[in-house]
Amino acid sequence: MAEFKGVMVYGETTEGKLTALTTELLGCGRRLADELKEDLLCILVGEQLGEAPQSAIVYGADKVYTVEDPLLKEYQTDSYVTVMEKAIKDISPQILLLGQTAIGRDLAPRLAFRLGVSPSMDCLELNIDPDTKLLQGTRPVYGGNARAIFVSESLPQMATVRQKAMSPLEPDESRKGEIAPIKVELDPAKIKTKVIETVKEEVEGIKLEDAEAVVAGGRGIGGPEGFKELEELAKILKGAVGASRPPCDNSWVPDTLQIGLTGKIVTPELYIAVAISGSSQHLSGCSGSKNIIAINKDAEANIFKEARFGVVGDWKQALPAFTAKVKELLAG
Amino acid sequence: MNMIVCCKQVLDPEAPPASFKIDPASNTVLQPPGVPPVVSPFDEQAVEAALRIKDSQGGKITVLTLGNNLLRDVVKKPLSMGADELVLLEDEVFEGGDSWSTAYALAMAIKKIGEFDLIFCGRQAADWDAGQVGSGIAEILGIPSITVAKKVEAIDGKVRVERVIADGYQVVEVTLPALITVTNELGEARYATLKGIMAAAKKQPTIWKPVDIGVEPSQIGAAGRRSKLLKLFQPVREGKCEIIEADTPAEAGANLAVKLRDAKLI
Ligand SMILES: Cc1cc2nc3c(=O)[nH]c(=O)nc-3n(C[C@H](O)[C@H](O)[C@H](O)COP(=O)(O)OP(=O)(O)OC[C@H]3O[C@@H](n4cnc5c(N)ncnc54)[C@H](O)[C@@H]3O)c2cc1C
Repeated sequence: MAEFKGVMVYGETTEGKLTALTTELLGCGRRLADELKEDLLCILVGEQLGEAPQSAIVYGADKVYTVEDPLLKEYQTDSYVTVMEKAIKDISPQILLLGQTAIGRDLAPRLAFRLGVSPSMDCLELNIDPDTKLLQGTRPVYGGNARAIFVSESLPQMATVRQKAMSPLEPDESRKGEIAPIKVELDPAKIKTKVIETVKEEVEGIKLEDAEAVVAGGRGIGGPEGFKELEELAKILKGAVGASRPPCDNSWVPDTLQIGLTGKIVTPELYIAVAISGSSQHLSGCSGSKNIIAINKDAEANIFKEARFGVVGDWKQALPAFTAKVKELLAG
Repeated sequence: MNMIVCCKQVLDPEAPPASFKIDPASNTVLQPPGVPPVVSPFDEQAVEAALRIKDSQGGKITVLTLGNNLLRDVVKKPLSMGADELVLLEDEVFEGGDSWSTAYALAMAIKKIGEFDLIFCGRQAADWDAGQVGSGIAEILGIPSITVAKKVEAIDGKVRVERVIADGYQVVEVTLPALITVTNELGEARYATLKGIMAAAKKQPTIWKPVDIGVEPSQIGAAGRRSKLLKLFQPVREGKCEIIEADTPAEAGANLAVKLRDAKLI
């Protein structure tokens, strides 16, 4: 029987850099590896990885495996699962962590079923049980209404981790580590999918995920015109506009603005929720915000349970006055 | 085009958050009184994706649902939307499963159905939100999978899918047979028509027990799990909201700005 050793992070890169979530995974992985007194491993897969492998060491990895191949230019389930299956069987880590991203939520289940193991998806917390030394993953279930702690004895123990749930280590340029390229033979005939094109739908201005102030509108905004008012406020606050699901479903705003369980996760200093009822699925994406402010005409709306300050009333009256006053205060 | 759609009966995810209760002793969720279960919304959209293909080029849609004591009114909804057949994997031993035991039973049922070009699932079930069963079925059947699709078109014996990614989407082509999981960006599922409801009422679902799909009770339901639920709990929210009082909403809006300034939030 192979011996399962080490905590491995599946890292993602964009333009030769580690993604923010990857640094968070390394931070969490380092803690778990230290508790288990094992190494923190990282695996990076792509066409060209640039400086990312070195950066993974700076963020906490002891050993970084790299797989570079032109066939890995874009994420495709078949090719990436093949690569990861081979790598996991060769390296046999005890724990494998991935990000809950477009890649992670596709790769983790398929890889897990190939390996015969059971991942915990979208974890907010990961801990080692002091007695059994097994990984316990805490994840939101029932649309965020509840949390569940799962454990699995099949190895490697796998989990995907939600964005911004873990903290990265301070980068340390003096950290030493090893970079180990590995070669995986890929048979193009076995890749049954073909990426025709990738369409970016990025909105202008500050990225929603990075904004320190988010002004989000819900179904009660009533149409695309109302969102212009939210944009005005966002501009004044140097923030970004977001939305609950109905405005996206109704095409008042692009789908990429959706915040929540199946949308973006945001954790700004200030989250202003306008005409949003505060469903558990929506709160899944914004409850990490430092300060939630709610404007809603329904005093019983669930959003007030999460908010620090609230206005009960019609946003059409409250918001223009709020925006005007904010503008005045910031100018003065 | 032969299509199979996997649909799960779940607790209504849009029920008011205050009605959500769990029983900590048994680690289970209590059915809120007066709120009937529903077909998981993403699964309804998976039915919609299949119906759109059927509309444009014909085909047959078989719906597959696993559970126990399934409510006929709920699980028949896809039939009333326009699906052709309903197969229920219904038995108490199917209960209490995880992604593994569920995907395994569904995959074995799909093998028994035999002919299929496309399998659809919702991107995740609205109760456990794990999003693994679709990929699991595809892996067990050894066919390609594309997850989180917002558009699915069948062209020349292939399927072209728009797969949602963080800042946009990817257009991906896949050969058949394949499995696709569907997300809400696909657009709303159609309503059942009166004609559809009448037709659905007449249709009898086919019911399969574990032996019918050639699985051992040890491989399915709670016995077939590969993950263990240690604890289910509701996070405590200790938020205290300060409501800004004023004579008019406009005044409250202005006062809110001052409040935020005082609290150094702006
Ligand atoms: C599996 C699943 C996943 C989901 N994922 C997400 C997700 O990622 N993100 C998400 O947001 N939702 C998601 N949803 C949908 C979610 O359940 C809710 O339906 C949705 O969040 C409700 O959006 P809302 O608050 O804008 O609308 P509503 O719940 O309809 O609330 C509208 C609010 O606006 C208020 N209002 C109306 N008019 C005015 C006015 N003039 N002035 C002031 N207030 C007004 C009302 O009082 C009400 O509180 C998901 C659902 C499911 C089943």
